Amino acid sequence: MSTDTINWTALGVFVFFFALVTVIGFFAARWKAGDLNELHEWGLGGRRFGTIITWFLVGGDFYTAYTVIAVPALVYAVGAYGFFALPYTIIVYPLVFLVMPRLWAVCHRHQYVTGADFVHGRYGSSWLALAVALTGLLATMPYIALQLVGMQVVIGGLGIGGEGFKGEIPLIIAFVILAVYTYASGLRAPAMIAFVKDVMIYIVVIAAIAIIPMQLGGYGAVFDAADKAFQAKGGATGLILQPGQFVPFATLALGSAFAAFMYPHTMTGVLSSSSGDVVRKNAMLLPAYTVLLGLIAMLGYMAIAAGISVKSPTAVVPALFLKIFPDWFVGFSFAAIAIGALVPAAIMSIGAANLFTRNIWRTFVNPNMSGPAEAASAKLVSLIVKFGALVFIVALPTQFAIDLQLLGGVWILQTFPAIVLGLYKTRLRPSALLLGWAVGMVVGTVLAYQTGLKPVYPLAIGGATYPVYIGVIAGALNLVVSVVASALFGAIGVGHGSDETQPGDYMLGKAE
Amino acid sequence: MGEDSGKSSTPWVWGLLLPYIALLWLPFYNAKEPAFAGFPFFYWYQFAWVPLTSLLIYLVYRKVK
Repeated sequence: MSTDTINWTALGVFVFFFALVTVIGFFAARWKAGDLNELHEWGLGGRRFGTIITWFLVGGDFYTAYTVIAVPALVYAVGAYGFFALPYTIIVYPLVFLVMPRLWAVCHRHQYVTGADFVHGRYGSSWLALAVALTGLLATMPYIALQLVGMQVVIGGLGIGGEGFKGEIPLIIAFVILAVYTYASGLRAPAMIAFVKDVMIYIVVIAAIAIIPMQLGGYGAVFDAADKAFQAKGGATGLILQPGQFVPFATLALGSAFAAFMYPHTMTGVLSSSSGDVVRKNAMLLPAYTVLLGLIAMLGYMAIAAGISVKSPTAVVPALFLKIFPDWFVGFSFAAIAIGALVPAAIMSIGAANLFTRNIWRTFVNPNMSGPAEAASAKLVSLIVKFGALVFIVALPTQFAIDLQLLGGVWILQTFPAIVLGLYKTRLRPSALLLGWAVGMVVGTVLAYQTGLKPVYPLAIGGATYPVYIGVIAGALNLVVSVVASALFGAIGVGHGSDETQPGDYMLGKAE
Repeated sequence: MGEDSGKSSTPWVWGLLLPYIALLWLPFYNAKEPAFAGFPFFYWYQFAWVPLTSLLIYLVYRKVK
C-alpha cells in the first residue's frame, strides 16, 4: 500500500497539523479547569460539556477514522451492502434519545463513571458489573487497534510507511504523543482535538464530494461506472441489494445500532455531558454526522469511477485522494484521517481505564481507593491499554484486529439487557442477567467461529434459511434467557439483590 | 423496551418507530428508480431519512420537554 517515494509537500502539511493538535492536547489540561486528580475530572471532563462540545466529542468518537477507511472500502468492494452503515447510524438516534438521558440522569445522581458502575448500583451485584466491565474492555481493545490501522494506511499513503519494524516508527511516534497527552489532560484532550478533527473532516468530505464528481462527470456517471463494474464482477455485489442480502443488511443495521452506545467510549461521551437535555439535543443533532458518513461511503463508488485499483480495499480512500487532490490537500486530508484516529483512540482508552479502575480494581482489589488513587490508576491503565493496542497492531496481522473488532460488536451487545432494561421499571434478577450474558457471549463467539468470523450466520427458520447478524441472534437468546431465568429463579426464592437507585433518579428535572 | 412513567410517556414516542420500519424493511426502497440528481432511489431514500429522523426526534422532544 505504500508508494516508494516520499510526498514531501503532503508530508509537510501532515506534520504541521499533527503538531498543532499535539499542542492543543497538552493545552487542554487547563481548559474548563478542574482537579485532574479526581477520576470524574480526568475521565469525564468533570461532566461539564455542553451541547456543542458533546456534539463534536461524540461525533468524533462514534464516527472513527477506521470508519472513514473501512466503509468506503466495503462499498468499493461490494456496493449497496456496505451502505448498511447508513440505516445503522440513523436508527441509533431514537434509541439514544429515549434511553441515554435516563442513563445520564442516574449516573449523575449517584456519581457513576461507567455503565458497569450503574449495573453495580442498580442490581447490587459486583459480578454482573464485572461481566459488563470485562465485556467493555474486551470489545474496546481491538477497536483501538483498528484506529491504528486507519493511521497506518494514511502513513503508507504518504510514502513513509514500508516494511518491517522501521516502517512502523511514524505510527509509534504518533501513538506515544497521543498516550502522553491523554495521560496529562484526560478527556479534555480528545474533546478539544475533536473540534479540529471534525472541522478538517467536514472540509475534506465537502471538497471530495464537490470536486471528484465534477472530474468524473457527475453523480449519475459515478453510479453508472459502479453499476458496470459490479455487473462485470458478479457475485454478491451490486448497486442495489440482492433479495438474499435483505436480512443480513437489516439485522446488521439493527444489531449495530443497539450495540453502538453500549461501548465504553460512546458511553463516556454521553456521561461527560453537562445535562440530560444536552444528551437529548445531541440525539437530534448528531445525525448531521450520518449525512457525512453517507457521503464518505460514496467515496467507494468515486474510487471505482476514477479507475482506482488497489491490492487491499483499505487503501481505496488514500489512493483516491492521491489521484484527485493536489499534494498539499492530500496532506491535509490524511492529517484529518490520522487525527480522526487519535480522538476515538483516546476516548476508548479513557473508557477502558475508567472500567478497570472502578469495576475491577476498586471492587475486587482495593475498595478504599481515594479519588486521587482512582485517577492515578486510570491514567496508568490508559497508557497500558494503548501500549497493548500498539503491540497488537505491530506484532499481529491486521486481519486479527478486524476479526476481533467484529466479535467485539457481538460481545458488547450482550451488555444491552443488563444496562438498558435496568433503566426501566422491570428489574430482572442479576443472577438471571448474568446467565443470559454468559449464554449470549458463548453462543455469539461459537457462531462467529463456525462461520469463519463472518458477521452473519445462516439461520434456518421454518424451512427457509436466512443469514442473520450473529449479534442479533446472541442478543435475542440473551434476552430470552434473562427473562425466563429471572422468573424461574424467583420461583425458587432467589432474590433481586439490593438496588440503591430510586425511580426519580432516572428523570430529568425541569430545570435541566 | 416498554415506555414507562414520567414525562417520557407520550403517544408521540411511538412515532420514533417509523425510521426503524422505513429503513429495516428493504422492499420499500431496494430500487434504482426513481433516481434523483443522479442518485438511485436506494441512496437518496436513505439520505432523506436522516433529516426526517431528526425532525421526528425534535417533535417528540417538544412534547416531553
